[in-house]
Amino acid sequence: MRGFKALAVAAALTFGAVQAQAQDAAAPAAATVEQAAAAPVAETAAPAVNLANMGTAPDATVGQPQGGWHIQPQVTELGQRGSDFNTALLLIMGVITAFVFALLIWSMIRFRRGANPVPSKTTHNVLIEVVWTLVPVLVLVGIAIPSFKLLAAQYDPPKADLTIKATGHQWYWSYEYPDQGGFGFDAVMLSDADAAKANEPRNLAVDNRVVVPAGAVVKVLLTASDVIHSWAVPAFWVKMDAVPGRVNETWFKTDREGLYYGQCSELCGTKHGFMPIAVEVVSKEKFDAWVAARQADAGVEVAAAAPAATAAAPAADAAAAPAAAPEAAPAAAAETL
Amino acid sequence: MAETTAAHYDAHGDHAHAHHDDHHTPGFFARWFLSTNHKDIGTLYLIFAIVAGIIGGAISGVMRLELAEPGMQYLPVWAGGNIDAAYHMWNAFITAHGLIMVFFMVMPAMIGGFGNWFVPIMIGAPDMAFPRMNNISFWLIIPAFLLLLASMFVEGPAGFNGAGTGWTVYPTLSTSGHPGPAVDLAIFSLHLAGASSILGAINFITTIFNMRAPGMTLHKMPLFVWSVLVTAWLLLLSLPVLAGAITMMLTDRNFGTTFFDPAGGGDPILYQHLFWFFGHPEVYIMILPGFGIVSQVVATFSRKPAFGYLGMAYAMVAIGFIGFIVWAHHMYTVGLDVNVKLYFTAATMIIAVPTGIKIFSWIATMWGGSISFETPMLWAIGFIIMFTLGGVTGVVLSNAGVDTIMHDTYYVVAHFHYVLSLGAVFALFAGFYYWFPKMSGRMYNEVLGKLHFWVFFIGVNVMFFPMHFLGQDGMPRRYPDYPDAFAYWNHIASLGYVIMAVGMVFFFVNVIISLIGGKKAADNPWGEGATTLEWTLSSPPPFHQFETLPEIK
Repeated sequence: MRGFKALAVAAALTFGAVQAQAQDAAAPAAATVEQAAAAPVAETAAPAVNLANMGTAPDATVGQPQGGWHIQPQVTELGQRGSDFNTALLLIMGVITAFVFALLIWSMIRFRRGANPVPSKTTHNVLIEVVWTLVPVLVLVGIAIPSFKLLAAQYDPPKADLTIKATGHQWYWSYEYPDQGGFGFDAVMLSDADAAKANEPRNLAVDNRVVVPAGAVVKVLLTASDVIHSWAVPAFWVKMDAVPGRVNETWFKTDREGLYYGQCSELCGTKHGFMPIAVEVVSKEKFDAWVAARQADAGVEVAAAAPAATAAAPAADAAAAPAAAPEAAPAAAAETL
Repeated sequence: MAETTAAHYDAHGDHAHAHHDDHHTPGFFARWFLSTNHKDIGTLYLIFAIVAGIIGGAISGVMRLELAEPGMQYLPVWAGGNIDAAYHMWNAFITAHGLIMVFFMVMPAMIGGFGNWFVPIMIGAPDMAFPRMNNISFWLIIPAFLLLLASMFVEGPAGFNGAGTGWTVYPTLSTSGHPGPAVDLAIFSLHLAGASSILGAINFITTIFNMRAPGMTLHKMPLFVWSVLVTAWLLLLSLPVLAGAITMMLTDRNFGTTFFDPAGGGDPILYQHLFWFFGHPEVYIMILPGFGIVSQVVATFSRKPAFGYLGMAYAMVAIGFIGFIVWAHHMYTVGLDVNVKLYFTAATMIIAVPTGIKIFSWIATMWGGSISFETPMLWAIGFIIMFTLGGVTGVVLSNAGVDTIMHDTYYVVAHFHYVLSLGAVFALFAGFYYWFPKMSGRMYNEVLGKLHFWVFFIGVNVMFFPMHFLGQDGMPRRYPDYPDAFAYWNHIASLGYVIMAVGMVFFFVNVIISLIGGKKAADNPWGEGATTLEWTLSSPPPFHQFETLPEIK
């Protein structure tokens, strides 16, 4: 059932995207008019935020490779669970490997030619063959049960608070925030020099980060415009391919503010290694401010989505529909959600 | 197995024919270029595999050199200072390395080389069922290899030479992403290599089913023959699927079809399903003959018949069967439904059971034996160690919930190099040293052989073990450059390559000096543990063996 539903959703989304493209192509003039109308208000009311990011500095202890031997510190509940499960697997596999090696080494020492000149004639032993068939089965069942639970949890997201659409291109990611009026931007890797200037790790820093609020369930819709890419953030335990013609879905939820890097994880051509992912998790307030700035920059209209009673009408909103939200105070202009 | 002893067969029956045979030994050109003799074709395959292995290994050396330090140091120099050309060169190298090692090194050596040489002898047959087809199989693989090499020198993506698609050749990178003819040449290369392998598979199945000597029942066949039989079936059933997939890609690329192009209603994921329906059996195709070789070697040097013969044979049959129903575990991140992932997790885990049976049976074969540690035995024990390590990481990766983070990282690279580069390659070296005296008639140098083993063993572990760490830390595959945090383990891994390469020097020196001046090998240099039929023949065997069929009791 779930499969069919997912297919239907994917089909609907793909079709929707095609339609949207058609509309875009059909009405370029209208968009220009709207942007022109929004521009003056945005200038006066835009808060002092940087569009590219909210200024979170990278943290060497989380959200990027550690240079050690273990899984990166996890900042999502599922990630922690996955990491713990991996550690448990490592222990089980370590014990099995040690057991096999001990048997091997013991037989090499005990049954070397010098110690055992006359070989036995044993060629089979039904009991022991049954044992070494059944015991691994039991071990695997023991692994499979928590494994299935982990997998099921990954596919059982709570209701999304925020949806982001990420599109893979050769060789950068572009992002859209459909619930926030559909503004979007490209995220291109910073050159080594720019990364150094920004005090960010090379090959991981991008010019425009994905900004999301802490504590929110973030649904990420993934597709690609040319070849297959893969959107991965190790600290979230997230990796999902971005496939042209399909819309895939993954999700994460973290309470920890910070900056989390990832890298494209499906060979996508020449600069496959140079289209990283940077997700900045900030407070709700900062997120709202960033969204408002992005909306103002893009000149998007969100009036229908934001009722006047919440006093959440942003500057762009007020500009596009002044009659609908006359009471919107300038101070509240930064509030969006 | 126990019954299949050489003692039942009068080995000297053939010697009476030796003179007679000599008159029929063809001249150089006819012998090596028009060959219908399974031993000569086996030798050709082995030489070919060594040449391809040198090229594939040299490419991985360039890769490890570039990865030794963060940043781009070497490839831009060779790419004429163009950094994008250097990045693409990297992709072309990883593609070539993968395809060469899989299709032109491991498969020709295992099946074409040792399979051709020893399957007919081990079942008491004078030759393969279709000797001329055997010749075609070999001579198809040469142009296949040349096409692959040629693809590196024609345009792939606009402006750059070579196919940078990875050995998996996923569309749409391999279709719209590579408008130049490089991918077409690579596809033709795989077509020819696939045709070669299918013909070879038909030949092996026919030979094994129809040409066993009197008394050599299926359940008396040496385990190496069993392993080649299962492998041949896997080839026969899986390669046509690959051929279909790459042909669909060829028409997508050149004739306007859209099997894998979403713009025309196609789906790039369909290709991945087809590819891995071939690709997963393919990894067993590479390792199963290795299982067979290791079984022969362990039994020989433990001076004990293989433990649990029937379990060993049917474990391989089970592995071959399950190998066809686990393909999507290579695709956990493409957006599969949760129930599909649950199934593939469960099915994949089950493979651990027959592989476990094999590992335990090898140890049980050694248990109670009278073990000596000649070079082939060292390689076989090394194989068991490496394959166990690669096997347990495989169990980790089988869990779709864990593969979310491991997929397409160096953890996967470490895993499949432990089972293939260390597993299959260790088995190849075990077989090479084990049968070198039989094939060449001369003993190899034991000291150099052991040096080769130890240096290579240390080298590959230093090279590949840290890749588990890099993968857990999140380093993606197929990256020519990486964030600085990955520098330390990459550097160690590159040092491992150097150690491994030094080990290979001992191998080549050993082969050369042994072929020139090695001690004459006895018919059976390994003593009472070597019970299969090849040890009843002279070393090297006569041009045609078993003109009177041996009788197996």
